[in-house]
Amino acid sequence: MITIESLTKRYGTFTAVDDITFTAQPGRVTGFLGPNGAGKSTTMRVMVGLTPPTAGSAHVLGRRFADLPNPGREVGVLLDASAQHAGRTGREILTVAQRTMRLPRSSVDRMLELVSLTDAESARRVRHYSLGMRQRLGIATALIGDPEVLILDEPANGLDPAGIRWMRDLLRGFADDGGTVLLSSHLLHEIEVIADDILVIGDGRIVAGGTKAEILAGGGTFARADDTHALARAAGAAGLDATATDGGVLVQADLATVGRTAFDAGIALVELRAADGAGLEEMFLELTAQSQRDQLEGAAA
Amino acid sequence: MSTLTANRHDTVPPIATRSLLGVETRKMFNTRSGFWLMASIGIAAVVATIATLIFAPDDQLTYEAFSAAVGFPMTVILPMIAALAVSSEWSQRSALTTFTLVPSRTRVIATKAAVTMLVGAVAIVVAFAIGAVGNVVGSTIAGVDTTWDLNAREFAQILLANEIGMAMGFMLGLLIRSSAGAIVAYFVYALVLPSASGALASTQQWWSDNAAWFDHQWATTRLFEDTFDGEMWAQLGVTTVIWLIIPLVVGWRLMLRSEVK
Repeated sequence: MITIESLTKRYGTFTAVDDITFTAQPGRVTGFLGPNGAGKSTTMRVMVGLTPPTAGSAHVLGRRFADLPNPGREVGVLLDASAQHAGRTGREILTVAQRTMRLPRSSVDRMLELVSLTDAESARRVRHYSLGMRQRLGIATALIGDPEVLILDEPANGLDPAGIRWMRDLLRGFADDGGTVLLSSHLLHEIEVIADDILVIGDGRIVAGGTKAEILAGGGTFARADDTHALARAAGAAGLDATATDGGVLVQADLATVGRTAFDAGIALVELRAADGAGLEEMFLELTAQSQRDQLEGAAA
Repeated sequence: MSTLTANRHDTVPPIATRSLLGVETRKMFNTRSGFWLMASIGIAAVVATIATLIFAPDDQLTYEAFSAAVGFPMTVILPMIAALAVSSEWSQRSALTTFTLVPSRTRVIATKAAVTMLVGAVAIVVAFAIGAVGNVVGSTIAGVDTTWDLNAREFAQILLANEIGMAMGFMLGLLIRSSAGAIVAYFVYALVLPSASGALASTQQWWSDNAAWFDHQWATTRLFEDTFDGEMWAQLGVTTVIWLIIPLVVGWRLMLRSEVK
């Protein structure tokens, strides 16, 4: 379990993390979603004591991270797979972790096997590793102490599709066994397929949070008719918040209301469904557009 | 995760100091650069010994000559080993893992300091042992008596001088936390500042008389000479406080408060 209370981190006048509060529960995968620079990594660094917070607190398993007697045995951490001495072999990096935590020597081989790094690969220096191999090594380092909590910053980066699938299954199994998983990503889909709970962060603030079902249910209703404009007008006339999106209309109302509105206006619907994800995606894109250099509307690139 | 209990804290053994000592020692050897830096201690001692065998006149094949020859490269290599032991954690960013496994930075850095000092002592003993072999071999080949003209006190002074040099490298590594920067700073400390001080002393009488109170290299180098009186110890103490202890305390405090990225 991870408990964050009123956490704030300022750099001079810039507020990287702005008064955020949340809990990551055991037995669940909590997805930390936000565009680049939203404050995900800063929050995670504060959690594990690498960055001092300006205000607020972070507790892991009921304690400050620094007060854990042997953190690697309770919390597996992967913040940056490339942050390793390039001249050390993969096996050595695991051995250093194994010896620090005073684990049996066999755990190194067990982890290498778990993350599918071969003997030959483990004998190579990390300088020659691909990003995907570094992620696997980082996950092995996080798991070697058989922890109860996993804190992973963008762990899917650099993994191939099979690797992403493998990691998803691994984290699922970890949570199903009662562990707490917090992972961050800037990819909506990545979080959607694995997380039980979702936290959306933008400009240092939590802008949405809840179970996946709650978050996705907030998406409204998607309806399509031959005459999209007529449908949007009708919804608007009925006092509903309606926006035209690709080939249809996104209405902030439940299915029945939208269906009746169309019926009353004499419009034949060709599609009517819950707009799962669409709302989240809209929100996410909005966040991205506000806080990012890429203009969505187009020509800037 | 297989044994989830509310009080797992109580069953997890805390990190043992001997584990940390072992790990930090291992980390000095288990990178390619670290390994060759360590190996260079032995290599340099062997090369210096052989050079002495070849170039020194027969009547000067004494232990003092060999110890001076093997001692010189140590004064350059050891401080670099010390600086890199600390700075590489930041330059290579492995500090991210190190400090998440052991959150007490004081504990990690203190362990590194202890290991560094130990490596320094072992290196000096190894280097002087190689010099001793050279002394025996050299005098046998030359057909002269083997001369052991280095007493325990002189050896202790040389050891101290090298440990101070290592502490200097360690301090710079900690203060600057960048490998390239720390190495450059060390050469400024060891070569540029002493030259500047020497130049000043040749033109300025007051500095010439009193520089030993301020010039750390000046005060330290005399450890390699035979006589070391009370005033010299006092001067060594003063310069060590100014150039080593104060910046070490500053660097330590900055390191504790810094953000590890």
